[in-house]
Amino acid sequence: MTFPKLPMFLRLLVIAVVAMSTTPGFAVQPDEILPDAKLETRARGLSHELRCMVCQNQSIDDSDAPLARDLRLLVRERLKAGDSDAQVLDYLVARYGEFVLLKPRFELHTAVLWLAPIGLLCAGAVTLVVALRRRRRIGAAGPAAPLSPGEEARLAELTGPGAH
Amino acid sequence: MIAELGNYALVLALAVALVQSVVPLYGARRRDAVLMGVAEPTALAQFGFVALSFAALVACYVMSDFSVATVFDNSHSTMPLIYKFTSVWGNHEGSMLLWVLILALFGALVAGFGGNIPATLKATVLSVQSWVAAAFYLFILITSNPFQRLADAPFEGRDLNPILQDLGLAIHPPILYVGYVGFSISFSFAIAALIEGRIDAAWARWVRPWTLVAWMCLTLGIAMGSYWAYYTLGWGGWWFWDPVENASFMPWLAGTALLHSAVVMEKREALKIWTILLAILTFSLSLIGTFLVRSGVLTSVHAFASDPMRGVFILAILVLFIGGGLALFAWRAPLLKQGGLFAPVSREGALVFNNLFLTTACATVFVGTLYPLALEALTGEKISVGAPFFDATFGPLFVPLLIAVPFGPLMAWKRGDLKGVTQRLTAAFVLALLGVAAVCAIEGRPVLAAFGIGLAIFVIAGAITDIVERTGLWRAPFGTALRRAAGLPRSAWGSAFAHIGLGVSLLGIIGVTQWGSEQIVSLRPGDKVSLRHYEFTFDGTTPRRGSNYSDLVVKFTVRRNGERIGVMEPAKRTFATRQMTTTEAALLSRGFSQLYVSLGDTNADGSIAVRIYHKPLVLLIWLGCLVMVFGGGLSLSDRRLRVGAPKPAKARTALQPAEQRA
Repeated sequence: MTFPKLPMFLRLLVIAVVAMSTTPGFAVQPDEILPDAKLETRARGLSHELRCMVCQNQSIDDSDAPLARDLRLLVRERLKAGDSDAQVLDYLVARYGEFVLLKPRFELHTAVLWLAPIGLLCAGAVTLVVALRRRRRIGAAGPAAPLSPGEEARLAELTGPGAH
Repeated sequence: MIAELGNYALVLALAVALVQSVVPLYGARRRDAVLMGVAEPTALAQFGFVALSFAALVACYVMSDFSVATVFDNSHSTMPLIYKFTSVWGNHEGSMLLWVLILALFGALVAGFGGNIPATLKATVLSVQSWVAAAFYLFILITSNPFQRLADAPFEGRDLNPILQDLGLAIHPPILYVGYVGFSISFSFAIAALIEGRIDAAWARWVRPWTLVAWMCLTLGIAMGSYWAYYTLGWGGWWFWDPVENASFMPWLAGTALLHSAVVMEKREALKIWTILLAILTFSLSLIGTFLVRSGVLTSVHAFASDPMRGVFILAILVLFIGGGLALFAWRAPLLKQGGLFAPVSREGALVFNNLFLTTACATVFVGTLYPLALEALTGEKISVGAPFFDATFGPLFVPLLIAVPFGPLMAWKRGDLKGVTQRLTAAFVLALLGVAAVCAIEGRPVLAAFGIGLAIFVIAGAITDIVERTGLWRAPFGTALRRAAGLPRSAWGSAFAHIGLGVSLLGIIGVTQWGSEQIVSLRPGDKVSLRHYEFTFDGTTPRRGSNYSDLVVKFTVRRNGERIGVMEPAKRTFATRQMTTTEAALLSRGFSQLYVSLGDTNADGSIAVRIYHKPLVLLIWLGCLVMVFGGGLSLSDRRLRVGAPKPAKARTALQPAEQRA
């Protein structure tokens, strides 16, 4: 990767400063921003969906690791070259593997992941309906068992003239 | 000497826990009052020993005893006293000790205040609680002893990780842990109910206050963690769907479901088996959260292998308690009697709907968090599951839930009237539509934002409708309504406030995600930059010294339409001991919105990179959480929760003390 716009010493400086600061303090740098606002918005949108591979669960938009910066610049280069959003993602996946996508694609090995929410919701709903129906049928099947003599007596006591 | 005392106290706590985990349980099966009576003093003694152990560790930190390995690794003699104190739990060993301290505290509280719980149930609960405690004492003593000494005591410590030197983060873990560990009580009650083979509405009433306390603390802990991330990490994000966050969010979702299903059980004796299962699952998720955060498995599957002892040990605890709990559930749950019947459209039905969506949302977070780990372990393929995935799946699941929130409290028990309830919600619905129209008129664009604001208003107005309906504010004279309001059970007020809080948080979330704006620029002294109606002037930089750090402070004057409204001073903070730099963002509140300025790197030409944000309504996110916690507190103060026996749901009789009726 080459960055013709960026002098080498500046890159080294950025890397040095970034290496020193362990807090993810600063991500997108002012010099990265594209003059074309529309392209920049698309770049930011894409950046949110791409993982900084050396960080813990950070998008390249949030991370200040040198790799994230490289990827941000790469995304912007591709956009300037006229790529569509999907083409940019394809390009990065071809280079870095699917690990780079924070939202995995729907494929065979991610089917369980993507179908889990709707699948579990449906399974839960079906279980509920079945359970509710069965319990209704049991409830409606026959009258409750007759009261025992003791219960009858207690009932009389509660509803009798002495009760309030 | 003090460190050895702490170690010894912890060993004693383990010994007491072992006694407590066997004797009262055996006594309860034998109906032997003497053996059951062992539970209370052992629970109190256990807490005493752990507290002593914890105090010893605190003493080591406060006195900067660097011969203790964890103190050497995490403290420094020049650190402010407050951080010496809080660095006790700013590391793995100390935080585990805090974990067991809270576990023992809850055991002691049940022993001390659970006077109305039947003797056999109480003895069994305390025994189960002690199994968990014993397992974790062993874990600490064998793999993570905080009292380990160094052969040659160094003169100076390595300092606490600078990110952790922050008051918000210092008090965040204890509160979060009270939440996590608090669910151990519901777990112990659930296991005890399964062992006893008996469960009734009274059970739900005993469990609910503990669940509420845990839920309140977890809510507060998550909110604090979120606010901490917001102002510390320097780019104003407040939720990242980070696995560590998810680890605390999953028990919260399950715990929220548990609170709602416990209501059904308490009032209608229905959903018993489901409630038991939820209680087991909620604490299981707390344990999984502890495992995820503590084993290092999240950083990478390989970090897990770098310190296998700890990871494997926690995994074993996990398998034992979750597997054991679920196995016991499968075996004993069919013995429990089914409760009352209800129509699908009813308060019970609404709460079941709530549970269905909350547990599905929880399962979604669970799958999303663990799927990459599982996939890599099974196939070696590496994928990432991050914020965009959760936004795409979790959001759609929460929308139907939020729409249903106002309906629930207005439904009648057993058989509800959907049409009637909808009519009563007309006002709330109209308000929501007005909100949507207002947003569209003012902002024009994102339809999503207008819908979100409308939904939030509907949730808030719906909760208020519930209170208005119950007091008959428009129908009865004002005095009567006021009297009725005072007579309403606190739990009714509590749920109304909790739902209002949910709506308020939603307003904040929509505001900041849909209308937030930012500027990223390089600035030199004298430069000006504007964002929305605000203009920022870079006045200059000044160095400043703290006790164990030095700041480079940048001063900005902020003007709104030419009028000066304040000064913002973001800084870059350098910690000498660890050679680390942190960003200290500057915040300026304007109503519920905030201006946020953070500093980036200094460029070669002397300019400094600055990020300026406008965060509309952002404070509502956390304010909503506080309102939810307040609602929980109101509900907790409901006197019905303090009594022993179930009672009719009528508000009037509910206010009588229990002793007359039991």
